[in-house]
Amino acid sequence: MSDIQLVGAPAGVEGAGFFATSLDKAVGLARANSLWPLPFATSCCGIEFMATMASHYDLSRFGAERLSFSPRQADLLMVMGTIAKKMGPVLRQVYLQMAEPRWVMAVGACASSGGIFDTYSVLQGIDEIIPVDVYVPGCPPRPEAIIDGFMGIQELVKTETLRRRDTPEYQKLLASYGIL
Amino acid sequence: MGKITNEELLTKINAQFADQLTEVGEPFGLLTLETTRENIIAVLSWLKTEPSLQFIFLTDITGIHYPENAGKEIGVIYHLHSLVNNIRIRLKVFLADGDVHIPTATTVWDGANWMERETYDFFGVLFDGHPDLRRILNVDDMTAFPMRKEFPLEDPNRVDKKDYFFGR
Amino acid sequence: MQNHPVYSDNDPQNELSTLNLGPTHPATHGVFQNVLQLDGERIVSGVSTIGYIHRAFEKIAEHRPFYQITPLTDRLNYCSSPINNMGWHMTVEKLLGIETPKRVDYLRVIVMELARISDHIICNGVLGVDTGAFTGFLYMMEHRESIYEIYEEVCGSRLTTNIGRIGGFERNFNAIAFAKLRKFLVDFPKTLKEFESLFNRNRIFVDRTKGVACVTAEDAISYSWSGPLLRAAGVDYDVRAMNPYSSYEDFDFEVPVGENGDVYARFLVRNEEMWQSLRIIEQALTKLEKEPTDIFHADVPEFYLPPKEEVYNNMEALIYHFKIVMGEVPTPATEVYHSVEGANGELGFYLVNDGGRSPYRLHFRRPSFINYQMYAPMSRGMLLSDAIINMSSLNVIAGELDA
Repeated sequence: MSDIQLVGAPAGVEGAGFFATSLDKAVGLARANSLWPLPFATSCCGIEFMATMASHYDLSRFGAERLSFSPRQADLLMVMGTIAKKMGPVLRQVYLQMAEPRWVMAVGACASSGGIFDTYSVLQGIDEIIPVDVYVPGCPPRPEAIIDGFMGIQELVKTETLRRRDTPEYQKLLASYGIL
Repeated sequence: MGKITNEELLTKINAQFADQLTEVGEPFGLLTLETTRENIIAVLSWLKTEPSLQFIFLTDITGIHYPENAGKEIGVIYHLHSLVNNIRIRLKVFLADGDVHIPTATTVWDGANWMERETYDFFGVLFDGHPDLRRILNVDDMTAFPMRKEFPLEDPNRVDKKDYFFGR
Repeated sequence: MQNHPVYSDNDPQNELSTLNLGPTHPATHGVFQNVLQLDGERIVSGVSTIGYIHRAFEKIAEHRPFYQITPLTDRLNYCSSPINNMGWHMTVEKLLGIETPKRVDYLRVIVMELARISDHIICNGVLGVDTGAFTGFLYMMEHRESIYEIYEEVCGSRLTTNIGRIGGFERNFNAIAFAKLRKFLVDFPKTLKEFESLFNRNRIFVDRTKGVACVTAEDAISYSWSGPLLRAAGVDYDVRAMNPYSSYEDFDFEVPVGENGDVYARFLVRNEEMWQSLRIIEQALTKLEKEPTDIFHADVPEFYLPPKEEVYNNMEALIYHFKIVMGEVPTPATEVYHSVEGANGELGFYLVNDGGRSPYRLHFRRPSFINYQMYAPMSRGMLLSDAIINMSSLNVIAGELDA
């Protein structure tokens, strides 16, 4: 037996040549293990992300093989690094261009809350302009922590309803950010 | 240590510019001179082109704000380096707060372009003759000059920072 | 039979197209923007916009004591943070008149050269990625992990190291650190040789980089370029050789110089600098064997925090601890400029002190900022793909660009 872990099947009825489960579990499984991240790397956390994508820590084991630099083709917006107030509108525009379903991960202390830079020019956390799903603290977080955050996103994706965009809570959240 | 000493350098400069430069000191071996904005470009070009000196490398241009020095609040500081003689020099020009004009050094070195834009962005120093004097690091519509002493470090419009927890 | 218009490179186009390159773009390694006017594939003019990660380091530094500014300097050129840290410590030591023992100097040299190697790993690896060659980058990043492990043994952190203290280091290098260092010195040359064999005479790479973005020495000096970019253009200015600091004058190393300043020359200069850094580290290890092994900081109790066991048991140590943390130690009210050879060029620290525990004014002479201003004038007349390769070879680190 090899010690490589594969993704387990969801709860369902198994038989000879068929597997019956609910659609959202199957879709959640497919989505979670093939996320296309958009690495929005601005500063030092971006270098730790490069280390996470490199062969030692290898984020592609989790399905994030294909990085997308175009927001229209990305599922997961990973904001890594300090976002200055000058960059805020750019980040918001990138977020708005993403198609549903989309998730946001704030990697690092600066993206989560402004980090050590409590100054006039730094946005104190990206959740002032876009909704965030997972926060990964650290300055910079170790690749293991980034992977842990990524696995947290995978949990969210697996257990989410099929069309989150139609749920009233989500629409209220987006309305609070001024996103229609 | 270089091929000319600070004394020789000072003698040559005084021979050329008589009383237009005052010597401020030699902190840690770096000859520091002060001059006025009328002379600064002539001094810089002479230092660059004089064959025995050849200060061809402009290390940096930056600014400083002394709010207590009435009439000499804003300083513009040039660091030059002569690669051939391995000697550095620092020049300072002080300007009064209401009248922060100084001629640009982009006529002498191309590299002064962004250095002067940064000094304008942070201190409000207006470089006359600069090809493109606008803000470089801060947002374009900012009206204040953040490195001046009266500008606060933290964003005053923050609502989520409770003073109680910060001992204020 | 062609029924579509065929343009040649010499046909004038009636309108220029505007292309916005950045601030989020896979090729810009960091957040900076170039708005380019294109005539077909050729760039007519460009305007650079930076400041998208301006974190006001110089303003923060006016409100922090000297020892708390080190984590700020980490985040300048975050690919090689130990060099920034050491440069800052040396600036403060110059101000305070502290002389570090030889062993501290040699340990600092080792850490700085490791940082230089790790920065060039990223720059040359990513230059390969931008030309389409991903393998070299993956091979080299593995050794960046080895360097991270050495940093972890010394200071506990991988990337933004905050390594060293004013006067030396926070703890002595232990046997594991030296073992990892020796292993690195055995493993890395093999990978570097393999990397060079993949790129140096690779037809595709040479065609993409040779003759691209040639820079004359006069232009480079006029724009105040420094570091590998200036050396590739033919000027052998290296701060380690010209104004040696931290006992660099005891080491025997060469400063590689290129000829025409094109992207290929910059690539080769950086590779050769990695070989020279390995040479310096080996010499440092040999020199360390002759030094007493328990010294890892200068004897300056007024600025170097005493160990905690002594603070709790010893009255003198308690008083020094109090004085250092509360800033009761007077410092000279003068100004100092110190520069080190960063991975991108001359990294300078201009510190104006007023006698208190925070600087009155601290200015960082940032090589990426000064090197990048030539990008827009230089890309006039270049093809777009050449301009991308040129940007990669400038090694602009956004943290150092905006500070």
